[in-house]
Amino acid sequence: MSITIYVSGDSSAISLGANRVAMAILNEAEKRDIDIHLVRNGSRGLYWLEPLVEVEVNAGLFDADFINGGTHSLALGATEEIPYFKKQQRLTFARVGITDPISLEDYVAHNGYKGLENALKMSQAEIVKQVTDSGLRGRGGAAFPTGIKWNTVLNTPSEQKYIICNADEGDSGTFSDRMIMEGDPFVLIEGMTIAGLAVGATQGYIYLRVEYPHAQKALNAAIKKAYENNYLGENIQGSGKTFNLEVRLGAGAYVCGEETSLMESLEGKRGLVRFKPPLPAISGLFGKPTVVNNVISLASVPIILDKGGDYYRDFGMGRSRGTLPLQLAGNLKHTGLVEIAFGLTLRELLYDFGGGSASGRPIKAVQVGGPLGAFVHESQFDTPLDYEAFAANWTVLGHGGVVAFDDTVNMAEMARYAMEFCAEESCGKCTPCRIGSTRGFEVMDDIINNVDREKNIVLLRSLCDTLLNGSLCALGGMTPYPVLSALNHFPEDFGA
Amino acid sequence: MTQTNTPSKVIENIITALKNQPGALLPILHGIQDELGFIPSTAVPDIAKGLNLSRAEIHGVISFYHYFRDTPPGKHTIHICRAESCQAMGGKALESHVKAKLGIDYHETTGDGKFSLEPVYCLGNCACSPALQLDKEDVYGRVTPELFDAIINELGA
Repeated sequence: MSITIYVSGDSSAISLGANRVAMAILNEAEKRDIDIHLVRNGSRGLYWLEPLVEVEVNAGLFDADFINGGTHSLALGATEEIPYFKKQQRLTFARVGITDPISLEDYVAHNGYKGLENALKMSQAEIVKQVTDSGLRGRGGAAFPTGIKWNTVLNTPSEQKYIICNADEGDSGTFSDRMIMEGDPFVLIEGMTIAGLAVGATQGYIYLRVEYPHAQKALNAAIKKAYENNYLGENIQGSGKTFNLEVRLGAGAYVCGEETSLMESLEGKRGLVRFKPPLPAISGLFGKPTVVNNVISLASVPIILDKGGDYYRDFGMGRSRGTLPLQLAGNLKHTGLVEIAFGLTLRELLYDFGGGSASGRPIKAVQVGGPLGAFVHESQFDTPLDYEAFAANWTVLGHGGVVAFDDTVNMAEMARYAMEFCAEESCGKCTPCRIGSTRGFEVMDDIINNVDREKNIVLLRSLCDTLLNGSLCALGGMTPYPVLSALNHFPEDFGA
Repeated sequence: MTQTNTPSKVIENIITALKNQPGALLPILHGIQDELGFIPSTAVPDIAKGLNLSRAEIHGVISFYHYFRDTPPGKHTIHICRAESCQAMGGKALESHVKAKLGIDYHETTGDGKFSLEPVYCLGNCACSPALQLDKEDVYGRVTPELFDAIINELGA
């Protein structure tokens, strides 16, 4: 009897040696003439434990009798029973780490394509209503209600419309999009197909960052299978509906995660941010009505159509409905992916899940929401994870990235880095961002080197005010969040 | 063994194959860089002609995107993540070590042509910081200076 063994093929797991572990298991099994079936699954998201070996059956490795569940100092028991995993509410990530990512049979056997099945029986307006009712808001970070966006595209007449998946997951400290694309690509394909049906779009593009070659492979393999099995292309499952899907690669420009810049890039141009209006929903890619949604938003659609908008809406708090895949990174003991309903506090996330700092030193600051998110001070750790509660604190929940720093961090250096990053990545279209960011890190250099410190801090605040209010997009507009939060919460690092 | 095409033939083939796609420029540039390792300046007029764009527009796109390069890379390219999570886990020390070990700064190639060094702002490997990428597909996590030395020694540095 063949024994199924899972060693993740997720790129983070590979970065920690999963390929070598997989190879060693295969070699050893062959040597011992043991029949095994090795599945390269997505990651369970328990990255602190990767490379993780899971064995299906009476469950240490060969000498430790790992095939038969022998006791080994590294054995963890059933993955589902590990508290870090057990306490989560996995809706969007239900299959990640459990199935073979590019097996369509596995996908269908684990409730895949049930959402599409339902959507094919509904009118376009009914599909949009389910998504609106679910309360789903854009998981890329802007938190705009997905249903409203879809409705605008649905109601804008055009012979050609587009669905774009924003897979330019450039926000540092985030990796949930990558995990979905590597670990369960079909769920994204299904979500985009449903979006296409809902608004009447027949062409979809996944704009994927070039830094994610493993995701590219998984997506292309899954798209091929979807075409072969009539889940993409013409007359999908006999419905008469058409949806085509293609992966396009970015080229290492952070600003292309901004939706209008992304569309310029897809059109083959420099990623310069566009003025809004017109909204992309009215005039987007090639001037046509376009839905631009983040990976997680789209990957949450299948379960909403499968179980109903109400089911999804019943998770969460306030106006933040459903679940948020949080990504624990930086100086934490238990880094990884935690999908859970909105409402948990940041402190619970950092300590109950994250286990405190990896270094054992006190956590000094936490940057939530990517490189444009504020640094959160310990006094704010009891804020519930909710878009409005975070906004009320002048912090950003964003795409759910959580990067912790211990007390060895110098926050003036981090503020300088934020300005440097903005200068590096600015598209150059608007003056506040293009020139302000360069002036910003020059001023930060002076502050760090104690040159006219007090005057320069006044200048820094004025510069941030200009960036905040005068920039065309969130890159320049939000760079002041990390800079000012560092200055306001940690003045001692700025020489105060 | 098939006959190896000259660079100009490679470029021509890629342009012909891709120019009718909507938004063809990035796929063409990726195609050329995948094949040749960089986008030679001699390709610019051909691409411009193929897409009916000006040479300035093509140059503008190539120079806008960090990933595209107009000079040949070393045999191996190392991308080191400079982002926050890696900084929180010793990324800056690793960065200094790598620069010292290779004797080059970012955007440079070692004298023997073996290694090019580039910064990257996040590899999505933040739960396993600090991270680096070797060539296109090999990502390494929780990288220490010792691990880095082992990686490049294996490549015959």
